Amino acid sequence: MSNVPSDLKYAKSHEWVRLEGELATVGISDHAQHELTDVVFVELPEVGRKVAAGEACAVVESVKTASDIYAPISGEIVEVNASVVNDPGLVNQQPYSGGWFFKLRPSDANEASALLDPAAYDAQIAG
Amino acid sequence: MSLKRTPLFAAHQKLGARLIDFGGWEMPVQYSGIVDEHLCVRKAAGIFDISHMGEVEITGASALEFLNELLTNDAAKLAIGQGQYTLMCNEAGGTIDDLYLYRLAADRYLLIINASRIDEDLRWIRQQHGKRSSGKQATISDRSANLAAVALQGPNSDAVIAAVSTEASIDGAECKTVTELAKNQIGKFAIDGTKAWIGRTGYTGEDGFEIITENESIELIWNKLLTTGHASCLQPCGLGARDTLRTEMGYPLYGHELTETISPIEAGVGFFVAFDKPAFIGREKLFAQKQDRTGRRTVAFTMSEKSPPPRPHYVVFRANSNDAPIGEVTSGTQSPSLNCGIGLALVSAHDLKPGASICIEIRGRRFAAAIVKKPIYRKSTH
Repeated sequence: MSNVPSDLKYAKSHEWVRLEGELATVGISDHAQHELTDVVFVELPEVGRKVAAGEACAVVESVKTASDIYAPISGEIVEVNASVVNDPGLVNQQPYSGGWFFKLRPSDANEASALLDPAAYDAQIAG
Repeated sequence: MSLKRTPLFAAHQKLGARLIDFGGWEMPVQYSGIVDEHLCVRKAAGIFDISHMGEVEITGASALEFLNELLTNDAAKLAIGQGQYTLMCNEAGGTIDDLYLYRLAADRYLLIINASRIDEDLRWIRQQHGKRSSGKQATISDRSANLAAVALQGPNSDAVIAAVSTEASIDGAECKTVTELAKNQIGKFAIDGTKAWIGRTGYTGEDGFEIITENESIELIWNKLLTTGHASCLQPCGLGARDTLRTEMGYPLYGHELTETISPIEAGVGFFVAFDKPAFIGREKLFAQKQDRTGRRTVAFTMSEKSPPPRPHYVVFRANSNDAPIGEVTSGTQSPSLNCGIGLALVSAHDLKPGASICIEIRGRRFAAAIVKKPIYRKSTH
């Protein structure tokens, strides 16, 4: 079964969000990395880019396919994870820690409340 | 329309395979993971379910003559128990299918054809059969629905096959044991009393065997190979690894490098077109293409810089050029053995030789690549 940590919020498109202070860290769920299979390439947005919720802003590629990663909430990209670009396998090995994608400064504090809680996301991927 | 399943479907489910729709067949794309399975075949051994592929037997006094009109390679060169890679073309030189042709007995031939092409191949073969005098003493028998097959591939294949079949051949190539089969030879052997045709061939660039038997016997053979092969680090492998393995070798895949509008000459498999045999379908057009220095050609390439994996239909340009594109990628992937992007591309540029630079456009950005000689991956150099 997929790991769905209880301290995170989730997008229907399988990104997770960790809210800490003023910033939100974004990655993809254990379920998503399992479905994507071996990740061999990660393309991240530029720092400073303003993204809208639901906007494609990163790409993750497995041997078989390329998949877009969407910004779960709107905001400005303030940091990206260089380690995951150098070692894309981190997405598979540590989806919730070393495999994070980017941090953004949310522009609308209310958006995060519209994300799925762990139970709702768990129900989505079980269905 | 519901997906077709091979007799090994339940076995794949039991092994936890991830199943996909592959040309109308519900097939395993991976078990443990594409990269893991790929490297296992390069280092040890893997088995693949290839039961979806088609089998057609052509028998009779004029079978050879008929096949030599239908196919590009010279079937007359086949001794009993020998096989060859060959292609079937239309009059325009376009490829109807690429296949393996085995001579099982004096007047008995077996064609192993692509799953996605079974209907079209049979339609074409029957149409030609009806209008050629060489068809008069040749009988076509489609065995696709009754036969199943597995491919055993990798450097440990010899040890695995030696452990499952220990007796002399009973048909086809004459061998005291199955390991005596030379490359491209086929013989009939017993595996625990079950009879199967075993050919020494494959689609990975490694040593290996393809084992063809009746549907009801294939699971027994699959399980026997898995159990016996455990000591040789054998793993079940899916179509994902099969594709990355063949791409590293630069082997064409029907629907990508070869289509009804791409000829064997253009796809880079002209070696398997025998211009020195009697007339065959597509000969004139293929010969003209061979002479033409301006037509399309398939080249192999490796990415020269860190880039997303190249994929089919990505556009190819000359290096440092603002000119129009010269072609597009037909197959591309991240090579598990080389750990870089690799692929094949169909281009209109005869001056590009191994070592030449090209660019591949990926999501609006151009990345440098170098033309390389096939195979893209060479065992001796790694």
